[in-house]
Amino acid sequence: MPLPYYVSPEQMMQDKAEYAKKGIAKGRSIIAMEYEQGVLLVADNPSASLYKISEIYDSIALSGAGKYSEFENLRKAGIRHADLKGFMYSREDVTARSLANGYSQTLGTIFSQEIKPLEVEILVAQVGEPGRQNEMYRISFDGSIFDERGYAAIGGKADALQSFLKERYKGEPPALKAALALCTSALESITNQKLPLEGIEIAALDRTRAGRKFRRIPVSESRQLLS
Amino acid sequence: MPLIPDDPGSSFFDYLMQQRPDLVPSGRVWPVVSSLPDGNRMTPLQPLPHGTTVLAIKYRGGVVIAGDRRATEGYQIAGRRMDKVFKIDEHSAMAIAGAAGPCIEMAKLFQTELEHYEKLEGVQLSCEGKANKLGQMIKANLPMVFQGLVVLPIYVGYDQKRDEGRIFKYDITGGRYEESDYHAIGSGGKDARNSMREYFRKDLSEADALRIALLALYNAAEDDVGTGGPDLVRGIYPTAKQVSAAGIKDVEEPHIATVYATLIDARKKGT
Repeated sequence: MPLPYYVSPEQMMQDKAEYAKKGIAKGRSIIAMEYEQGVLLVADNPSASLYKISEIYDSIALSGAGKYSEFENLRKAGIRHADLKGFMYSREDVTARSLANGYSQTLGTIFSQEIKPLEVEILVAQVGEPGRQNEMYRISFDGSIFDERGYAAIGGKADALQSFLKERYKGEPPALKAALALCTSALESITNQKLPLEGIEIAALDRTRAGRKFRRIPVSESRQLLS
Repeated sequence: MPLIPDDPGSSFFDYLMQQRPDLVPSGRVWPVVSSLPDGNRMTPLQPLPHGTTVLAIKYRGGVVIAGDRRATEGYQIAGRRMDKVFKIDEHSAMAIAGAAGPCIEMAKLFQTELEHYEKLEGVQLSCEGKANKLGQMIKANLPMVFQGLVVLPIYVGYDQKRDEGRIFKYDITGGRYEESDYHAIGSGGKDARNSMREYFRKDLSEADALRIALLALYNAAEDDVGTGGPDLVRGIYPTAKQVSAAGIKDVEEPHIATVYATLIDARKKGT
């Protein structure tokens, strides 16, 4: 009879974390940044149809770095959670905080109970009503959750992005144009090359819009904004 | 997808049926019903509020959809301000006749359904696809029909591929039929249809279509007790929406009031 071998919980968690980090490090990076009218989301994404940024509800967006299939499952689960809540109660009762908590629970449970952890890092953003604060939550592969202000970065080079933005993002939220320029230069600084606008996915939660605040910013518009 | 068992796919309605059947209108069981002495038909114990006449009419470039404001409860008036025309998304609307509670719930569910699909798939359903989905939802409501809770809609949408407005009507089994010009349902539906038959022509202007729709509701209110006409004392008028290539828009109440003022004037003069 083969002996059941013992692995200490510390060792197991460490191995899992290393595995997940390795997977996420391969993923390209995403930035979320508060600007005058809301929250801007910018992703390094060469595909024009496979999105890394997605609408969840009226004022909530989700973006994810890491394994696409796993991110897609989390995205669907988020939309179902939000739509169910909005249908059962009312549209204003759907909040980023409850969604981020749900994601944190799911990722945490999978990390500790399954053999393979999810290789994703996600970011939930909500634009506040006029006069109310925006919310941004970064959720890690192990379910740990961080409340961010001003800007947030996820993906392979998140730390480098954070320090780049820390030096340059000061005080009041900038206008859309300045925010977009800062985000693209941050992405370019970590890839050390000029990124074509076709390879950048841009979306915004714009509080000036009525109803659903999420909108994608097409290449034609971003070119105009950056010129 | 068959690879993932029990995946509800992109339909919110299917997701609810699977996860929360208690929230689907037809998923409930109502054991408290009385049977009529003379037959097997089951009816709810109390009379429920019912919405009455709604209609849709095509014009050059779109569709007008309108409805009166009355809700009846047996021979009582349950409400004078009920709005029976619902915006579903940017390019479609529905109007409902039948038991008010389930009607409103069905409209809300259908709104969520279309938005849910759009978010999950990244594209909107086609006009045809939306109309078919509504048919399936009405079919799922069939058990409730036997308890006297009928939900019957008219659905209008602007088909961006074909570049035209379209009108769909339904029967209680979920059967879906497309109307080429106009349609009306509800207790005053027949009277409204008669009016529209008299005045309808192909390629009406937007203003004419609205005038005919409001006139048809007015005539229906004169001949049918369930339908409410313009209430000049309280200032309550039927509601209408226009669906066109530019999207959906509400017809403002002051505008409807002016159209009615002209119609009533003409009637006073006997023309």
